[in-house]
Amino acid sequence: MVLVTLVAATLVGVVLRRRSGVPREVRGDVERLTSGDLEADLGERATLVQFSSAFCQPCRATRRILAEVTEMVPGVAHVEIDAESRLDLVRSLNILRTPTVLVLDASGHVVKRASGQPRKVDVIGALGLAVGE
Amino acid sequence: MQADPRALRFAAAVTTIVLALVLVTGSAWLLAAQAVVFTLSIFGVSPYGMVFKGMVKSSPRELEDAAPPRFAQGVGLAFALVGLVGYVTQITPLALGATAAALFAAFLNAAFGFCLGCEMFLIIRRLLPAAR
Repeated sequence: MVLVTLVAATLVGVVLRRRSGVPREVRGDVERLTSGDLEADLGERATLVQFSSAFCQPCRATRRILAEVTEMVPGVAHVEIDAESRLDLVRSLNILRTPTVLVLDASGHVVKRASGQPRKVDVIGALGLAVGE
Repeated sequence: MQADPRALRFAAAVTTIVLALVLVTGSAWLLAAQAVVFTLSIFGVSPYGMVFKGMVKSSPRELEDAAPPRFAQGVGLAFALVGLVGYVTQITPLALGATAAALFAAFLNAAFGFCLGCEMFLIIRRLLPAAR
C-alpha cells in the first residue's frame, strides 16, 4: 500500500514537473476574451492573463515573471484575475489550477495556455506566436 | 504571515514518514497524533516546523506566504479524520484509502514541492456554485 502510493505519487510528480507551466497551444474552438471579460484593457499587441487564488504558492513568482516580461516586450499587458471572484470565467475557460496563464493576441483570442508557474523564456516564446513574429 | 519554505518541506517529509508508518502498522493512535499535528499547523504552530527551527539556525533565502500551506494542512486534517473514522469503525477501505490519499499529497509536497492541498482550493470553490 505504501509502496504503491509512493510510486503513484512519484509518477504524478514527474508528469506535473514536466508539464507544469509549459505553454500549450489551444486547440478546437479558440476562446476570445474582451476587455469587458477581463475588466481591464487588452494589450496593444498581446495580453498575459494570470488566474491566481488566495491559496496559491507559485502565483507570486508567476506575477513577478509576467511583470518582467511585460516590461521587456512593448505593447503587452499583464492582467491578474482572482479566480475566486471570477468563477464564471474560471468555469467557461475550464481552469483547474492556479496559476493558469493565458496568452491572448491583440484581438483577445486565447493563443496559448499554461497551468503552473511558467518559465520566462516560455512566456516570451508564446508571446512571439501571439504577436505573429 | 510568512513561512520558511524549507521548514514546510521538512514538515511534509516527516508527515510522509508518519503516514507511511500508519499504513504499515495500522495504528489509529498514530493517525490521531498526525491529525493533532495537522490541526496545530492550521493555526501556524507546526510541531514539525518547530523541530526544523530548532535544528537549522540559518535563515531562508526567501520566505513564502503561509496561507496556502495552512489551507493544505486543513485538507490533510480532513483526510486524516476520514481515515480515523475508517480505523475506528474498521471499514478498512476507508481507513487505507483516506490515509493513502494524505500520504500521496504529503509525498508530492516533500519530494516535488507540489502542494496538492492548495490545488484543491479552486476545485472545491468551483464545485460550490451558491457561495459567491
